[in-house]
Amino acid sequence: MKYSPKINEVLARSPKVAEVHPLQDVDTAQGALEIMYKLDTFLQEISGMKKFTMQPGGGSSAILAMASIIYAYHESRGEADKRDEIITTIFSHPSDAAAAAVKGYKVITLYQDEDGLPDVEALKKAVSERTAGLLITNPEDTGIFNPKIAEFVDVVHEAGGLCGYDQANANGILGITRANEAGFDLCFFNLHKTFSSPHGCGGPATGALGVTEELITYLPVPIVEFGGDRYYLSYNLLNTIGKVRAFYGVFPAVLRAYSWIMSLGAEGLKEAASVAVLNNNYILEKIKKIRGASAPYAKGRHRIEQVRYSWETLKEETGITTEDVTYRMADFGFHLWSSHHPFIVPEPFTIEPTESYSKDEIDEYLAGLEKIVGEAYEDPDRVKNAPYNSVVHKIDHSTLDDPEKWAITWRAYLKKHKKK
Amino acid sequence: MKKLGLIVNPIAGMGGRVGLKGTDGIDILEKAIKLGAKPQSQNRTIEALKELEPLKGEIKLITYHDKMGEEAANSCCFSPDVIGAITGQTTTASDTKRAAKEMLDSGVDLLLFAGGDGTARDIYNAVGDSMTVLGIPAGVKIHSAVYACNPKRAGELALLFLEEKAKNILEAEVMDIDEEDYRKGRLRAKLYGYLKIPFERRYLQRVKAGSPVSEQYSQEAIAHEITENMSDEYYYIVGPGTTTRAIMKKLNLEDTLLGIDLIHKKKLVGNDLNEEDLLKEIKGEKTKLIITPIGGQGYLFGRGNQQLSPEVIKHVGKDNIIIVATKHKINSLLGRPLLVDTGDGATDQLLNDYFRVITGYREAIIYKVTS
Repeated sequence: MKYSPKINEVLARSPKVAEVHPLQDVDTAQGALEIMYKLDTFLQEISGMKKFTMQPGGGSSAILAMASIIYAYHESRGEADKRDEIITTIFSHPSDAAAAAVKGYKVITLYQDEDGLPDVEALKKAVSERTAGLLITNPEDTGIFNPKIAEFVDVVHEAGGLCGYDQANANGILGITRANEAGFDLCFFNLHKTFSSPHGCGGPATGALGVTEELITYLPVPIVEFGGDRYYLSYNLLNTIGKVRAFYGVFPAVLRAYSWIMSLGAEGLKEAASVAVLNNNYILEKIKKIRGASAPYAKGRHRIEQVRYSWETLKEETGITTEDVTYRMADFGFHLWSSHHPFIVPEPFTIEPTESYSKDEIDEYLAGLEKIVGEAYEDPDRVKNAPYNSVVHKIDHSTLDDPEKWAITWRAYLKKHKKK
Repeated sequence: MKKLGLIVNPIAGMGGRVGLKGTDGIDILEKAIKLGAKPQSQNRTIEALKELEPLKGEIKLITYHDKMGEEAANSCCFSPDVIGAITGQTTTASDTKRAAKEMLDSGVDLLLFAGGDGTARDIYNAVGDSMTVLGIPAGVKIHSAVYACNPKRAGELALLFLEEKAKNILEAEVMDIDEEDYRKGRLRAKLYGYLKIPFERRYLQRVKAGSPVSEQYSQEAIAHEITENMSDEYYYIVGPGTTTRAIMKKLNLEDTLLGIDLIHKKKLVGNDLNEEDLLKEIKGEKTKLIITPIGGQGYLFGRGNQQLSPEVIKHVGKDNIIIVATKHKINSLLGRPLLVDTGDGATDQLLNDYFRVITGYREAIIYKVTS
């Protein structure tokens, strides 16, 4: 988890920000518009894209907006019906597949090769005149950077598809690689993942979405423009996909990201990325030495900003699973992230330190893992029955397996159970 | 009071340490004993039974005579009801089968058995899917998914099941290889059927951990996708397995779980067809072949579906092969490719390529097939 500087909270709580109303006259909100406009220009510089919208309310919302733009693009060329497939990879964020499916696309997923990378030969087999686009993460959730990413983009372009880059997490590559140089048509950043706005656990967030010159006309409206002496909202986009969220986006998130970038500067951003990579590889080396743990794929190579590890050996030798370790970590006040979907790596666990932690803090976290592994071999029940120090203990997830037992909205519940 | 059945195959595992790759058949057993083989299954059974000690006095343990369970049960201080008798000096497959049938008749809630793939086959032949069972791994060959990952876990899982804490039931594959082939260095595991086992993720062998409910819904999603795109122009050959069974179920057609069925215009042409029947029916007709990898190792052709011969595959054509598999099944391959072994080099070569595999409704993956 990334540190969110407290000074940015002071700024976000200032009446100048907190009391801005979305319906007030733009001439009285020039400062807010300036911050949005300038953040757009910063993100253009970081990605090489030509225009950003701050409207999407988070990563999945930005992916859905990308899928909508891809659809609108093909629709304007009379090909939307024919091009009904989106390609993604198994280690891309699962929302890349999910949001495409919500948009009505068929989803074609590429699997990893022996090295954990998506297979470019499989991609060549996947593309056709039905390909609408590619939605892909890089580095993927394994923390491995796909060196053939430009080739992936070329293959999809040749087939007539567009390419969207899921850069929700760009912690390891700020100032190092850009979406534009790999040939992407669209990309997005999560301001809460990469630019230090707090996560908020599903709360108000921003998936800042950028596009190439050619696709600006498809962006959601309004976009913030500068007329030389004044900032204004422009609704004048020929092929706009319309609004994807009320008003203009989550302004406090935009402000915090703006402040974070301004305080670090270009050099600081690059240093943040370098430190995030260094921290990650320090943890990698330490975890490889922990009994029962392993780091599948990319043997002997460095990773970018995170690694998906495996407790497979631990489970085989002691019966202790990732879930057990996660619960036990809570006893020591640590959070072991719990979303490692899809479960391709057996007993997966994913750690991403970012640039925010000191060596002492990282060592303390690793000591927590080592302690639990010691317990797993000595007294597995101690781990199995954890947690002991939290109010909420274990949650039975098995109902999520059965679609009869859940619905994501009340309306979906009624539909599912055929109630009027 | 819950009843637990226990069958031990006393000779299982004896071939392993003396390098004989199994103990199916009496000659091999004698050879194994001459080579100094020691029985493994008693100790492994005791290891599993120890986990059931919390239930001592609360469950009735029913087992077979002497080394087929009585001995192990007694040494854990269980007081079992002993049934049956062994006829010969050493036990054979027919003893296992008879014991399993008697357990079924005495209405046990769970049958725990110690052995290897051969034992699992015997249990399957005797009781099929009419009772819940669980294997304690003790044999040389463990390709079947009916075994817990080790004896201790088998005991723990049996405990959970008898305490009604593990309620889900999984259809797990009974696989076996031909020992004669194996001794000659050829490894060919074949699917023999499915046994019902208790399901709890952490206790089963790694490759088999898809929950029964999620697997069922994934299979239904695949069936939707397949039936929605079926064309009346084509005959559809439906291969073996539980995933393809869901397609037949969706069409309200009788399915042969381990055999080949043929449909046209969503109506049944024939069940359990052999190669000759198939070729006769599809002669001159446009045909698609719906196939799923069976038995954990990812084999598409050549393991338990030899009816789908090179000639059948040639008639269908590579582009008309529709591969279906749940995501869990693909993920359990841990990145290994799907495999073909049709017996014909040219056909295998033809199939050596990337294929689209349907994994859900409007969902597919691109996956490598190799020979």
